[in-house]
Amino acid sequence: MEAAISVILVLMILGAIFAIHAKDLLSAVIACGIVGYGLVICFLLLRAPDLAIVQIVVETITLVIMVAVVLDSTRREPFSKPDMRDYVNISTAVVIIAVIFFFLNMASGSLDEFGKGSLRMAEHYIEGASEKTGSANLVTGVIFDFRGYDTLGEATVLVTAVLGVITILRLKGKK
Amino acid sequence: MTVYLLCFILFLVGLYGIITRRNLVKIVISLSIMEFSVFLFLAMIGYVEGGSAPIIDPAAPDTIYVDPLPQAMVLTAIVIGLATTAMLMSVIIRIYRKYKTLDIREIKNLRG
Amino acid sequence: MKGMTLIVKKTTQLIAGIVFLYGIYVVLHGHLTPGGGFAGGVIIAGSFILLTLAYGSDFMKLTREETGTTITENLAIFTALLIALAGLITGSRVFFSNWLPAGRVGELISAGVIPLYNIFIGIEVAASILTIFLALIIFKEEITK
Repeated sequence: MEAAISVILVLMILGAIFAIHAKDLLSAVIACGIVGYGLVICFLLLRAPDLAIVQIVVETITLVIMVAVVLDSTRREPFSKPDMRDYVNISTAVVIIAVIFFFLNMASGSLDEFGKGSLRMAEHYIEGASEKTGSANLVTGVIFDFRGYDTLGEATVLVTAVLGVITILRLKGKK
Repeated sequence: MTVYLLCFILFLVGLYGIITRRNLVKIVISLSIMEFSVFLFLAMIGYVEGGSAPIIDPAAPDTIYVDPLPQAMVLTAIVIGLATTAMLMSVIIRIYRKYKTLDIREIKNLRG
Repeated sequence: MKGMTLIVKKTTQLIAGIVFLYGIYVVLHGHLTPGGGFAGGVIIAGSFILLTLAYGSDFMKLTREETGTTITENLAIFTALLIALAGLITGSRVFFSNWLPAGRVGELISAGVIPLYNIFIGIEVAASILTIFLALIIFKEEITK
């Protein structure tokens, strides 16, 4: 299981490196799709079918919106010679990445082994869930019954984002 | 533990893209890559070896289930990520209509 | 924006109805099989987006302005909030409790309030994504006039 997920992660990393270095913006958007669809395979290997269904349809809608925006504006990223500010940016980025990687390495020593995590909280959720909520799907029971406030907050965020999109893309008031 | 390290490397690739790229669409793509790495890390924490998907089968009451709590968190986060990306894309369309370029250096210099 | 060629139009005519029906199935069986409100809502929105992309925006009457989908979305989330508030009145006086009887595990009508939540959150998510898409199309139309 670890080997399979590692192979797909390496493919996703290669796709991500290509996506940020592509000269053509349409190629970059399609390479972002590699990362998204590779994530679907990882979710299926990690026994999470709910997440796989949601991720595959959301990734398709995201790609449609990104392609619509890219085809409506420029398609090329003009290549300019890297000047002084670009070198400062790249060196700052390398320093920050080295520091964060060092601390993440230290922190991952205190994680449990992959696949043998402690299930202290999960036992309380799994034990009587199907009698308390009555649903066979545990994830739906957790979303709507045990942690219903989070779902309400998420629906609010979605409505607010749609309100923002309508306000930004409105032309009628400018006459 | 190499899976966890590869997940962190994906996060850092996205971070590198946000700091060093000049094009606005590339910045949004790098943000999206960072979000994907966090979803994968959360889903990997709840994995139990030999477990099955968290759908209760009344015929076999003694199976081991994978942890359903991180999956609920990631389900919420995926839809919020879609809303954020859609809103950033609409801002990019307006910026392009006004400034006719997508380079952040030139937009800062124009000061329309 | 113009529609696509004849092959795409005919294929879309055959497929869009099946995708819509599959989305409704995923929403309704959210408490028995993987899926639920969010996945099913996005699938339903996907079938409408497929129709709009294949036939062009001047064919679908949806694209004059986007008030229809906005009203649907807000009404759906308001109804979900009313169902949550109804927990204050009935049964154990707690906000957000599961106040319908939980039947036997594995039947279609079971699990209390959860199927109702699935339906209304599904309608809300579908209307949200359709509103985002229609706002993009209407913006493009008004710019090219």
